Amino acid sequence: MANNTTHTTEYKVLARVLLVLMFFTFLTISVTTYHLAAFSVTVALLIASVKGFFVLTYFMHLKYESTLLRILVAMIFVLYAVIILITFIDYAFR
Amino acid sequence: MTETKKIEYVSYLDRQGEYKGIFSWIFTLDHKRIGLMYLYAIMVLFFVGAIMGLLMRVELIAPGETIMKAQTYNGLFTVHGIIMIFMVVIPGLSVIFGNFFLPILIGAKDVAFPKLNRLSFWIYITGCILAISTQFLKKGPPDTGWSFYAPYSTTTGTNVIMATFAAFVLGFSSILTGLNFIVTIHQMRAPGMKFFNMPLFSWAIYATAWTQLLATPIIGITLLMLIAERLFGIGFFNPALGGDPVLFQHLFWIYSHPAVYIMILPALGVISEIIPTFCQKKIYGYKAIAFSSIAIAGVGFLVWGHHMFTSGMSDQARWFFSLLTFLVAVPSAIKVFNWLATMYKGSIDLKPPFLYALAFIFLFTIGGTTGLLLGSVATNVQVHDTAFVVAHFHYIIFGGMGFAFFGAIHYWLPKMYGRMYNMKRATIAWGINFVGFNLLYFPQFILGFEGVPRRYYDYLPQFQTGQVISTIGGFILIAGLILMVINLVQGARHGEIAPANPWQGSTLEWQIPSPPSLENFDEAPVIKKNPYDYK
Repeated sequence: MANNTTHTTEYKVLARVLLVLMFFTFLTISVTTYHLAAFSVTVALLIASVKGFFVLTYFMHLKYESTLLRILVAMIFVLYAVIILITFIDYAFR
Repeated sequence: MTETKKIEYVSYLDRQGEYKGIFSWIFTLDHKRIGLMYLYAIMVLFFVGAIMGLLMRVELIAPGETIMKAQTYNGLFTVHGIIMIFMVVIPGLSVIFGNFFLPILIGAKDVAFPKLNRLSFWIYITGCILAISTQFLKKGPPDTGWSFYAPYSTTTGTNVIMATFAAFVLGFSSILTGLNFIVTIHQMRAPGMKFFNMPLFSWAIYATAWTQLLATPIIGITLLMLIAERLFGIGFFNPALGGDPVLFQHLFWIYSHPAVYIMILPALGVISEIIPTFCQKKIYGYKAIAFSSIAIAGVGFLVWGHHMFTSGMSDQARWFFSLLTFLVAVPSAIKVFNWLATMYKGSIDLKPPFLYALAFIFLFTIGGTTGLLLGSVATNVQVHDTAFVVAHFHYIIFGGMGFAFFGAIHYWLPKMYGRMYNMKRATIAWGINFVGFNLLYFPQFILGFEGVPRRYYDYLPQFQTGQVISTIGGFILIAGLILMVINLVQGARHGEIAPANPWQGSTLEWQIPSPPSLENFDEAPVIKKNPYDYK
């Protein structure tokens, strides 16, 4: 049952992912200079989600894991998205 | 031949490893010994919390100041809540019986990460020490209630930081245990043990573990935010600093409502084990019960707002949370109906574990249906923060999780210690517990309807009758609990030697000697049938 295969990710790929993450970090800081009002949280969460996707896929090797494991992780993301959405039902209509 | 077997078999209790005496417990990696250490720690904490509860009941036996001042009462109900919630019922069944029986039930030798398991236990102990120390430190115990509601928790002079940090530490233990159990179930099942061959307690632990893993980080961050606000004046929650107190409530309940399911799901699993054994009948609706555990865990994540109907949420959010709260009752009811259907035409044996299971169904159903009154916005507004909520909560948590816990210890004690307890005394203790419990908590439904607020150390004289009945119930319940514990301890130490399968159970733990050996199975079992295969 256990998936004992190991994968080595090339340093080149890891370096590229690092650059992508640094770009998005720069973007997170940059967007705060724009007045996006109610959408500021949405934009921040979207950027953070993209960064999280890269970390999980490459740094945490999810790319090489079984479909079941990827589905489980995807479901966690859906759950958190729903929780945030429900919270904003309160804030949007208060 | 018998002689040879006696020499070969050494129980986990008698096994001498690298360490001797007390160190063989402190440094143990055996999931069964770790389960027992949790049992002892939790039983001690339970009695500390119960005595605090009894002291509060004594205070409420008459209007006005009786045995303590208001501030002492505030500290007492807060620490009672912190101990009972974070240290007793949240870990409770999962860490004791999950640790002891999950690997055995799925045919494994241990959990996936034994060292992580040991670390979880010692983190838990550290958290307990930190929390209890708040009672004795200079500024006095926190007086916020176990929910640490802001903005009061951001300003009170009591030991809130230490208490929240303790809850944060306890959360780490919970996350690590949940992670360990998920990996154990995915990777350590015996050959042939497919997901739908797992006993229902394993399913319940699986659903619980996911909730522990996903919900606990949220309370961790929230409590750190509260600490940061107190230490550095960051305005997360205090309106005076530009914060939002309702945000604290959202974040707190996003964890703390699923936490109720962390408490109750393993209890539902225990009942699903006890009922088929004492009816000698295959469980009715195996898949429905298994999926309902997952459904409760899933939907349970989305109903937190029903704790906040009077906190200033938007109307849209209120009806939305109300709807979801009604939905979560469906999978809970599925379990109850399937248990009843299992009993139908079964060979019922009214032994103590089964009596506790029956009491569980009765009390959990009362707790569940009164929960719907709280899930409905209109009635919630009427009884919010009254003694009604106290009664509902204790019917679910004590009547539910507590009685399932007592059922579990009566069910599995012969396996854990290899000895039997006195059946007659256990049955008498069950009767006293059942009467005492209902006498203690049922009057609080009525008091709540009449408008008695919770967390007050005083009340108007017209409510005294209900309060006195409730306090008498508290004393009866404590007497029953003491009798129960004495009987169990005597049984575990000096009881008759238990056979391997005293209840004629069909799951894997009953197919190995009592108590089990260090690695549970001489060789990995091969599973070829449903766990509840009764002829």
